[in-house]
Amino acid sequence: MTLSQEELAEELSDGATTRVHSRLRVVAGRFFRSPQGIAGFAVLAAMFLLAFAGPLVTRWSYTDKDFTAFLQPPSPDHWFGTLQTGADVFALTLRGMQKSLVVGLLAALVSTALAALVGAFAGYFLGWTDRVLSWTTDLLLVLPAFLVLAIMSPLFGAGQWALFVVMLALFLWMVTSKVVRGMTISLKEREFIQAARYMGVPPVRIVFRHVLPNLSSLLVVDATLNVSAAILTETSLSYFGFGIQPPDVSFGTLIADGSRTATYAPWTFWFVAGLLVVTVLAVNLVGDALRDAFDPAAKRAR
Amino acid sequence: MAGFLVRRLLGYTVLVVVAASLSYLLAAVALDPRSNYADRTPKPPPAVVDAQLAALNLNDKVPLLQRYATWAGGVVRGDFGRTITGSPVGDDLRRRMGVTFRLVILGVFFGSLIGVLAGALAAVRQYRWFDRLSTGLSFVVLAVPVVVVANMLILLASWANERVFGHQVLLVSGEYTDGLTAGFWGQAIDRVQHLVLPTVSLSIGLAAVFSRYQRNMMLDVLGADYVRTAVAKGLSRRKALLRHALRTALIPVATYFAFTFGALLTGATFTEKIFGWHGLGEQLINSIFSNDVNTVAAISLLAGVAVLCASLAADLLHAALDPRVRSA
Amino acid sequence: MRPVLEVTDLGVTFGGVPAVRGLGYAVRPGEVLAVVGESGSGKSVAAAAVMGLLPRGARVTGSVRLHGRELIGAPARELDALRGRTISMVFQDPLSALTPVYRVGDQIAEAVRVHQRVSRENAQVKAVELLELVGIPRPAERALAFPHEFSGGMRQRVMIAMAIANDPDVIICDEPTTALDVTVQAQVLEVLKTAQRETGAAIIMITHDLGVVAGFADRVLVMYAGRPVEVGGVDDVYYRPRMPYTVGLLGSVPRIDRQGGRLTPIEGSPPSPGALPPGCPFAPRCPLWVAACDESEPPLYEVGEGHRAACIRWEEVRPADAADLAGPAGTGGDGGDGGEPPAGPRERHRRTVLEVSGLVKDYPLIKGAVFRRRVGTVHAVAGVGFDIREGETLALVGESGSGKTTTLTQILELAAPQAGRIVVLGRDTSRLGRGERTAIRRDLQVVFQDPLASLDPRMTVHDIVAEPLRTHGRRQPGRRVAELLALVGLDPEHAARYPQDFSGGQRQRVGIARALALEPRLLVLDEPVSALDVSIQAGVINLLGALRARLGLSYLFVAHDLAVVRHLADRVAVMYLGRIAEIGRIDAVYDAPMHPYTQALLSAIPLPDPARERSRRRILLEGDLPSPADPPTGCRFRTRCPKFRGELTDDERGLCVQVEPDVRTLGEDHGAACHYAERRVVV
Repeated sequence: MTLSQEELAEELSDGATTRVHSRLRVVAGRFFRSPQGIAGFAVLAAMFLLAFAGPLVTRWSYTDKDFTAFLQPPSPDHWFGTLQTGADVFALTLRGMQKSLVVGLLAALVSTALAALVGAFAGYFLGWTDRVLSWTTDLLLVLPAFLVLAIMSPLFGAGQWALFVVMLALFLWMVTSKVVRGMTISLKEREFIQAARYMGVPPVRIVFRHVLPNLSSLLVVDATLNVSAAILTETSLSYFGFGIQPPDVSFGTLIADGSRTATYAPWTFWFVAGLLVVTVLAVNLVGDALRDAFDPAAKRAR
Repeated sequence: MAGFLVRRLLGYTVLVVVAASLSYLLAAVALDPRSNYADRTPKPPPAVVDAQLAALNLNDKVPLLQRYATWAGGVVRGDFGRTITGSPVGDDLRRRMGVTFRLVILGVFFGSLIGVLAGALAAVRQYRWFDRLSTGLSFVVLAVPVVVVANMLILLASWANERVFGHQVLLVSGEYTDGLTAGFWGQAIDRVQHLVLPTVSLSIGLAAVFSRYQRNMMLDVLGADYVRTAVAKGLSRRKALLRHALRTALIPVATYFAFTFGALLTGATFTEKIFGWHGLGEQLINSIFSNDVNTVAAISLLAGVAVLCASLAADLLHAALDPRVRSA
Repeated sequence: MRPVLEVTDLGVTFGGVPAVRGLGYAVRPGEVLAVVGESGSGKSVAAAAVMGLLPRGARVTGSVRLHGRELIGAPARELDALRGRTISMVFQDPLSALTPVYRVGDQIAEAVRVHQRVSRENAQVKAVELLELVGIPRPAERALAFPHEFSGGMRQRVMIAMAIANDPDVIICDEPTTALDVTVQAQVLEVLKTAQRETGAAIIMITHDLGVVAGFADRVLVMYAGRPVEVGGVDDVYYRPRMPYTVGLLGSVPRIDRQGGRLTPIEGSPPSPGALPPGCPFAPRCPLWVAACDESEPPLYEVGEGHRAACIRWEEVRPADAADLAGPAGTGGDGGDGGEPPAGPRERHRRTVLEVSGLVKDYPLIKGAVFRRRVGTVHAVAGVGFDIREGETLALVGESGSGKTTTLTQILELAAPQAGRIVVLGRDTSRLGRGERTAIRRDLQVVFQDPLASLDPRMTVHDIVAEPLRTHGRRQPGRRVAELLALVGLDPEHAARYPQDFSGGQRQRVGIARALALEPRLLVLDEPVSALDVSIQAGVINLLGALRARLGLSYLFVAHDLAVVRHLADRVAVMYLGRIAEIGRIDAVYDAPMHPYTQALLSAIPLPDPARERSRRRILLEGDLPSPADPPTGCRFRTRCPKFRGELTDDERGLCVQVEPDVRTLGEDHGAACHYAERRVVV
């Protein structure tokens, strides 16, 4: 019940007068005290290690084809088995994972940055700035993202995956941007922002110095959760051939291939699917633990 | 109120018009209907191809804006043009809309029902075993993309059909069995057999989302002063939770419910495609593959309308449930 | 008479941290016991523990007996049957305490139906009766309204109606008037008295306001650090306190019946419950401290009949008037003397630093959160004028909705007002260029109400204080920051900390340091002490007085607390519904107010003096503030004016209805906007 807890929190905070600490250390401390935070972080680190160091320990590369083993189950030679083409599933999976992780990370970064900028500017300046930015946000919400990405997919071929990242990000930021806008509007009424205004601090500087840093916890959490959203979207798109284009592979393309042979060659599907789920789960756990770490008061109420 | 609704609808109309126009232009530029003819044997003469494309308003030799004007003029009159095979887009869409609706209504219904119940219970039992279990489960489910869920369900079903039931109980492809002659009940059972897996695949993710959302909303109000007031009045904890906390916590969830509904009209794309349901989503994918510009544009128009209708419905629902919003 | 409620040795811990320790009291039917303490003293936790409303994480020990029946550890069903019937509660924030989605009448009827076997219709009838009893006009109609359609005072009446629905024997009121304006507070206290008369219940009144206690309670229990430190009859505790904390508390309360000058704050801040000092928890702040105080926590000594105090030196403790308890430099380092009390007529030769005339500000009135639409115009400020001269403090006082905050933001925006004129330091704001505006910002600074909200939580105190310096082009602000922190009585060593690491009073000092950084000439103070506890408030008031004297500052001081104003301001302007009702020298206005509103306002403020409170007559205002979107014609105050209602003839009233009065000068530097102004002593 709010009354007693608030009062207690106040009492406790008064006692903190003697401690000097940086916020980052506090957040990190809280994060690494939560079991799900540690678990998520450890698994994620392991996934990265696997994706980028894994190829060094196998003698197959994702382009190799073993013409002595077509659609073979896992064996000491091919740890995850082989495909119909004789390609090594382990090497392919690692390669796909690399791509998916990089795409997910970058798309999340771009989309969160976009959300923060658009939302904060719309919310802080209101008026025409807000109308234009909010309208654009709404338009992108109405525009079917899947369709646009699918239509543009031929352009993503031939190593143009950076464009894919940008397009993916372009359809991930709108909801966060609306949240950021709303929070900026209420933040703008907060007295420390008014204090800065009455001090004569220029508006753009207020946005960067006061508004965005105060939304950082939301943004960090959002960026984390966007990583999983981006990976999932990438998977779905690539599954239908609208995302990462051959010869590149990703989780999506591998799952699409694997699902066709899954009934009689389970290794072509389950390894990839399993790793994908574990990766996304780890990202989500990290995001959730981060949210708790940033806002311990909300832990009770979440 | 009326004035407000009119202004809101006007704003929405502009958004839909712009979004649909953008979709059309994008599709018209990026898709290449001419390539459909390239693989035909014998290769039709260019003049014939031109004529056929022109009849469908797909001829890329006609200036883009002119094609757009023709298309837009048709849409205003309610004519969405013709598909790549020459049949009217509208007819096909109407049939497919029914299919998609059936799937989405059931999916959203079961998903939100299970989600809301699980979320509310988890919040009340915070940190007990049910909360931990449902939280853990929803985390796992949220980490699995639809394409994987659907494929896993198919694998599971074929295993179950073979080992548990001994015959085909769960059908994994299509809406019904073609040419089945089994009377009304037989037909009905056949449809249900087809319906189970897609519905599960759609609702499992929704249930996870809703349970997280409901749990958060419920926890927010559990600590609220008015719940404390209700207990101070002498209501038992269970009654206070049901009458005061749950009722208030349902408001944002109901709003979210309406929103989900709109987004899913095309959001069921993957489920439809994988389970071979001939709905809007499947049509969208097929039309992109077949360079069917008119169908693509029509579906995106529909999707936009659906999203905005849903957001309007969400607002109305919010107003209906929350006197603070409704009050004049 | 046997006590209805007996609490003995009550203890509450949250995760091992004690919030309440060894609390004991007993109340008899019809008795009012006040539990007084500052925030964090555990008074609200204790009340929730008695009601069994604490969250699961709390551990409650000791005994709570209601009619001799033990409540602690009693089964839930038994507690449900008692709550709301035998013992009920009124909460602090009446908005969040009512379920937003149900009608008010239904919520009261629910309270009836939980405990009485009556039909739905009869419960509704009873609800309407209750609403009438607590003074809600047109109760049958209002019962159908939702909580958000009520004003704060009306909501609190609803809460009271709900609390007395089943004729309880004990009513616990947790800060029932803290969220309300002072005239509404007076109304609600009257309602509580009516409720008590009707039910004959014992009332436990939890509050931090010593004035409210003086007029309302029979006995007082003072809590500090989770523990009772003094308990006794109201007169005993107020006139013969035996615990230095009580003495300090009484000495630090600003009072409307005392002229300006220094208050005696209590040094330091309350201890954290997780790290209580050994021995007496008040020892680190106590002016009477001796080494023995640190040895063990003192028990409650019997110091008089029914009067107990937890101090080993209770025999030496004297009320603040008799002996200056605060000791020499017991003020938290602000040094210097308080501001000189305003003397003599206004010094007309001084330069004017701020001049406002005919200021008008309207807002569109927007209804609905989803279906936003404009339904009218709020006339927040409707023709306000005043001026401030160098070295002078003008206080702008008024209740919520009076337009004082709007006036202040209009000045701070430094933009052309909608109508009227604002002249800051000789410059008309409607003719300012961008550069000039920035230049004026150097001389015009602001201190906000909530010290935590006004400091960016992501910046260190150093960066916060340095920000104005950097903004106005000072490259190396380090030394100046240290100077400023020392000036406001903070340790410059603490500059690397974050605002969260400071206590409320210290944070407000940071805010003041930031405002002073550019050596402004005019400081706007927006409720600078209203978020602080009394014992800390006094230190900040003293600091503001000392700084004004030392730096030759002028203050525009916005407040709702008239007592604080009396200690700091030279002149006061009382606002009502966007207009100035009365303006003038502080002594003139307080000693002999001329506007009926000022008179009502001053009479509504409770004095921390039981004998005087009992003999005082309140001028109670009826109803709520009219909507600023639809103000009454003629005089804006006439709808609630006791004079209009009771004293004027019909002919005289005609003038009030037709003509809006302007401020007329009626004495030396004293004017009122009333057609029939006359002086009257109300304090």
